[in-house]
Amino acid sequence: MDCHDILIIGGGLAGLSAALKISSDLKVAVISKVHPLRSHSVAAQGGINAALGNNPDGKDDSWEKHTCDTIKGSDFLADQDAVEMMCKTAIPVLYELDGLGAPFSRFPDGSIAQRPFGGAGFPRTCYAADRTGMILLHTLFEQCIKKGIAFYNEWLVTNLIIHEGQCVGVVVYDIASGKTHSIKAKAVIFTTGGYGRVYLRSTNAFINLGSGIGMAYRAGIPLKDMEFVQFHPTSLFGKNILITEGARGEGGYLLNNKGRRFMEDYAPSSMELAPRDIIARAIQTEINKGNGIEDKYVHLDLRHLGRKKIEKRLPGIQEICIYFAGFDPVEKVIPIQPAQHYSMGGIDVDEFCASLVKGFFAAGECACVSVHGANRLGGNSLLDAVVFGKISGESASNFVEGGGGKIAGDNILFAEAKRWEQKINDLMRKDSGENVYDLLYQLKDIMSIKAGIFRIKADLTDALSQIALLREKFKKAFISGNCFRYCQEFVTISEFDSMLDIAEVIVFGALKREETRGSHYRLDFQKRDDTSWLKHTLVNWSEKGPKVSFKDVKIGKYKPVERKY
Amino acid sequence: MDYHFKILRFDPLKDEKPYFQDFFSRPKEMDSTLEAIMEIRDKQDPSLSFRYSCREAVCGACAMVINGNITLACKTTVKSLNSHQIVVEPLPNLEIQKDLIVNMDPFYKTMESIDPFLQPNGPLPEKGFRIDEKQMDKIFQFVTCLWCGCCYAACPVVSRDERYIGPAALAKLYRFVKDPRDGRDSAFWTKINNPGGIWGCDTVFRCNEVCPKDVRPADGIIGLRKKLIVEKTKNLFKRKS
Repeated sequence: MDCHDILIIGGGLAGLSAALKISSDLKVAVISKVHPLRSHSVAAQGGINAALGNNPDGKDDSWEKHTCDTIKGSDFLADQDAVEMMCKTAIPVLYELDGLGAPFSRFPDGSIAQRPFGGAGFPRTCYAADRTGMILLHTLFEQCIKKGIAFYNEWLVTNLIIHEGQCVGVVVYDIASGKTHSIKAKAVIFTTGGYGRVYLRSTNAFINLGSGIGMAYRAGIPLKDMEFVQFHPTSLFGKNILITEGARGEGGYLLNNKGRRFMEDYAPSSMELAPRDIIARAIQTEINKGNGIEDKYVHLDLRHLGRKKIEKRLPGIQEICIYFAGFDPVEKVIPIQPAQHYSMGGIDVDEFCASLVKGFFAAGECACVSVHGANRLGGNSLLDAVVFGKISGESASNFVEGGGGKIAGDNILFAEAKRWEQKINDLMRKDSGENVYDLLYQLKDIMSIKAGIFRIKADLTDALSQIALLREKFKKAFISGNCFRYCQEFVTISEFDSMLDIAEVIVFGALKREETRGSHYRLDFQKRDDTSWLKHTLVNWSEKGPKVSFKDVKIGKYKPVERKY
Repeated sequence: MDYHFKILRFDPLKDEKPYFQDFFSRPKEMDSTLEAIMEIRDKQDPSLSFRYSCREAVCGACAMVINGNITLACKTTVKSLNSHQIVVEPLPNLEIQKDLIVNMDPFYKTMESIDPFLQPNGPLPEKGFRIDEKQMDKIFQFVTCLWCGCCYAACPVVSRDERYIGPAALAKLYRFVKDPRDGRDSAFWTKINNPGGIWGCDTVFRCNEVCPKDVRPADGIIGLRKKLIVEKTKNLFKRKS
């Protein structure tokens, strides 16, 4: 049986960062359900934060100020030691990426260009026009080619194999052949990304079903702070394609149906550059009050920036508007609405990306260290993916080189693959039942209506029972296509199991947390409550349903204060 | 009014040859062809196979042929086709694996063959590189390449000459040659100074026409040709003096 020292699941920015960090003496492979360049990291637009101080307005910036902004942005739920480490490392990491060939935009003095972003005291977001994720993913993929990293593309991992408390491998479904098999590994790193498509309106790629998080949960690893779901304020109305925060960083305005810059009422000093949770709520409030257009959206106005600036700094946004909405933002305002964008929560790991299961590590959006707490600042997700991707690679290397890894007997892995094959065969044998795509749309509806930007007990309780009903229906799901090769229906069925779990944990956490913090807004508990709720939510899987426990937030020198922008 | 989709189906393990299957559906006006065929798959035939991911023209997964045009399905709105009949086929110049999915490996190999990674011309400066904004702007056109394979599929030389590495790989190489941080050994010229490399191009600009990101790969090929000629001429003068 195929045996690796380290398997990385997911070929996005975190996965490739991990692969590049692992010692060349170890046998490593990246498994991805798509070609790595199709990973969702490619869609990140605005930039990556590091206090380089290149912008003339950012001369006084420092990694300490980056730390402070990130913690305040997180509504004080982030672990401060981890944030400090991330922000400090950001500076050498940016120079390293530049040295690997990342084509960052430049200032006239030749240094890496930096723009203002939401919730940041200084312009510290480094960028390559509005294609930062794309150029970073390509740069790291190029480096993986140089290093000769092995990739298994279009393989879907379906199970994490834990034996005697230790991770010993994974079960994979080869999408091209339709065959299932197991692979042994002394350590496994999950860099599987987010679950955006649990929601109806999401900026995420169609592939972001999030099953990595669900697999870890089923394997007994707790999920942390899952109730904190980021809604990006500005997604293109209708399509929900991301319109970067950089558009506001470059000076774009948000206007309601009266043409008024309504952010004045919500964040008078930061205006359009307040953190995302605050702006998303402001937009939704405006729409709910009848100040939206067609009661559905507001406007993002870039026209005053002029053609030259838009074409140079925001060419991707211009392209998106032209191709997907049929107008040029140089001439017309952009209709925008909030949409699910990012998961602050995820697989519970420490600052070394280690979980409580030996040999299992996680990094990037699927993981929760936590550096984003209750609300992530724009420009910190690419940073998180690179910094913690590297750390996860280092931790897994140390673990294997230190002799921590175990090789399980073939029979254990065969048994897991067999169990999975059995499940497929059962599905194949049915010739009628529920269509998984129908169920998926129903789940998206529930999550969007009941567990969106504004939450209330009655809705959340209702959502839980509706998810339970869907789970019953899902037992009757069947594969109608009768073909295993390149069967997207099967991929969706196998991931849907996890999506139900993830949705349940999000709602469950949201119901338990009786306060308002960051992205989690309870209409029935509108205040932050540090006495009872300055703590991380942990949810474990059990036969009887999710089990909640709590963990202290690591507070350092930044004492929780009221967040004002 | 319903749209009539004719989608190419082929499973080499089952079917003798490819065939078109008819579907009828009513996509929304601004739906992309990708969204339209996803809806057909979800509601009419879940066995229909095609690749996709970002749905916003940045990942390059959904390259295919739509009404004869090689493009990304996600950025082609149904409305823009101005026709109620929509014919969808897999990329040419690559082998069909199933339905609209082709084997991209030969294309990826050409990309990897040019050593597509920065080869720095010295140690990394501690405070990062200082690079002229204008020099960086010159490579921006080429760094937006998504590795989608549209140009490779459209290239008439690729279809007739298996030695030719194709437009995307050469444009990618040019991106590094023009990068002020790159100092690759001039030995790379021997790899491409032949009909399998820069001299293979017919300059019919099919690559420029089909590129969904306006990379204009032929600009890169022509750029490499010019640069090679300049280098050769320089050497000529050196030898004379």
